[in-house]
Amino acid sequence: MTRPLPSYPSTRPGSAREAAGEPAPITPHHIAHRGGAENPSVAALRERFGAAIVRAHVMWGETTVIVAADAIHDLIAFLRDEPAHAYNYLVDVTAVEYRDAEQPMELVWHLRSLPWQRFLRLKVEIPKGEPLVAPSITDLYASADWLERECFDMFGVTFTGHPDLRRILMWDTYREGHPLRKDFPLRGRFSRSEQLTQALSIDTVGRYSMTELTIAEAFDDLPADMRERLAERRAAELARSTRTLDAGDDA
Amino acid sequence: MSRRTIEMAVGTSGVDQFGRPMRAPLAVRGNGALVLEAPPEPELEGDHMLINIGPQHPATHGVLRLVLELDGETVVRCVPHIGYLHCGFEKIGEYRQYNQIIPWTDREDYLNSIGNNVAFVLGCERLFGIEITPRCTVLRVIAMEMSRIMSHLVWMGTTCIDIGAFTPFLWLYQERENLYNLLEGWVGARLTTSATRVGGMAAEVPDGWMDGLKAFIRGFPKTLDEADRMLARNGIWMGRTVGIGALSADEAINYGLSGAMLRASGVAYDVRKDVPYLDYETYDFDVPVGTQGDVYDRYLVRVEEMRQSIRILEQAVQRLPDGPLNVDDPRVILPPKTRATSQMESMIHHFKLVMEGPRPPIGEVYVPVESPKGEKGYYLVSDGTSKPVRWRIRPPAFVNLSAIPRMVEGHLLSDVIAINASIDIVMGEIDR
Repeated sequence: MTRPLPSYPSTRPGSAREAAGEPAPITPHHIAHRGGAENPSVAALRERFGAAIVRAHVMWGETTVIVAADAIHDLIAFLRDEPAHAYNYLVDVTAVEYRDAEQPMELVWHLRSLPWQRFLRLKVEIPKGEPLVAPSITDLYASADWLERECFDMFGVTFTGHPDLRRILMWDTYREGHPLRKDFPLRGRFSRSEQLTQALSIDTVGRYSMTELTIAEAFDDLPADMRERLAERRAAELARSTRTLDAGDDA
Repeated sequence: MSRRTIEMAVGTSGVDQFGRPMRAPLAVRGNGALVLEAPPEPELEGDHMLINIGPQHPATHGVLRLVLELDGETVVRCVPHIGYLHCGFEKIGEYRQYNQIIPWTDREDYLNSIGNNVAFVLGCERLFGIEITPRCTVLRVIAMEMSRIMSHLVWMGTTCIDIGAFTPFLWLYQERENLYNLLEGWVGARLTTSATRVGGMAAEVPDGWMDGLKAFIRGFPKTLDEADRMLARNGIWMGRTVGIGALSADEAINYGLSGAMLRASGVAYDVRKDVPYLDYETYDFDVPVGTQGDVYDRYLVRVEEMRQSIRILEQAVQRLPDGPLNVDDPRVILPPKTRATSQMESMIHHFKLVMEGPRPPIGEVYVPVESPKGEKGYYLVSDGTSKPVRWRIRPPAFVNLSAIPRMVEGHLLSDVIAINASIDIVMGEIDR
């Protein structure tokens, strides 16, 4: 499922930038609020993806590209695999919801190109009321796994194609919603007594996730003779424990 | 694998039916030489075992929980669980002014609190469009490098304990104590420093403080060399770390690792060089890089990083300029109390700053720094009010920890502890 890693030499940061004769990065001073040099990858993206690029702007020296939701996966794959861009390092996946109810919610991808020493922010805008769905990029970057899980946990964004999209910071049985949404109150959605009731009623088996329970119950995968042996042993163990219990009752 | 199994069998050969210690079985080869032969493998059931480590376990460095699937003693699968320390920092930050968030940054990666303070205000200052003073820049470099050494000392000490060495832990914690005393003299707190403000620092360094720092710079390398000599060529240490948890360079990049974890795999990515801040490009220092990407290389890289931090500290102490500490900007910096009580304009500034807080223009920034754990970034989004719409911490330890299932698979159960220690996790930062 996972795509192979790109084959360009990626181990030395700045190698492509040096080969192109661009100057080494320095601490930026006196950055303008708006405007400034645009990331060179944006022009290539416009040429390649055309209408999928909604708009791009430079703010505080950082380039942001707003992309149509259905193109984001192909666009990130292009940026990663093309040696002229080589965004091989996924910095962050997150979301922004504004206090203004009119403003669309934004999904944010922060990409870094180690060979070119460039930084690019990609955004997908999702109007209020529409389902929060985006394609997963776990097949491109292994780091997207936990970052997307956190975004799902905190904002309720569903990343389609993620192999294991479940809560990561909150527990599996958390029912109060997604904490970083603006309609989520600071103290939580349930009352303190409700939260306590829920905490006390948690099933102790819930300490293990479904994945782990399937490890423990991996019975069906075993060879037939081993299954028989194990079944016999379990029956013997069960008989023994029952006997002990009976003896205890007698005493 | 099999070699190690035999060694363990020789070490714990057990007792015979009379209670006498058994000797390892010897066999005679065809040429008459006596050779050690592995004891016969006991008949094992083929089923896998589920082992739970944590969340309350001394070797998980906080409240990390690992559920391991074991085949004998070999890890087949690892499922980490986090979130036991989740406090909702990012949510709380949306209800606080920018300067009020600084105390929260102390508490995420609490081994690097002053480094987080600096990193956060760097983000704020870019969002406000403020240029800090030269003296403040150099003092912040001093704060960040002190913080890096403090964090690495805790990492090195606790990793020693995890792997079974106790003495270096005591030596290193003594040096950490010296640094904490310096911090206490500067900002009044040891762990929860809250040392910075948007546009400057909370306090100027006191008289004679620089002499204390110079004494530390002189004395510390000796302690570090001693501890390093105890470990770097130590047979037990190398046996527990060499070849353990190795990741290739391409894999490490793909997993988004940063800091010493990435550099041990041979990728010289250091935010101080690649995305410079605080004029780091003007300091003379090297970025240590490993070759194998195993636990041992991560150790070597972190020890060398401490030496490089000392180099940076030496240069920073030398170049520390005189001049004002805070920017001269009434939008963000409080006027002196005497002026606030005597002059109308200063009083208004004082009132507005305390009651409303500074207001940045509409915009967003992502400012990364090289924290001891890796690339730590603050992504701040402002809608023009005095409280951020979104305050996102890019937690390096969170991303580094996500690679642990890949690193531990195929290793022994005891290696899980060494690999987990090598990530240098702080759960306060991972769970936030």
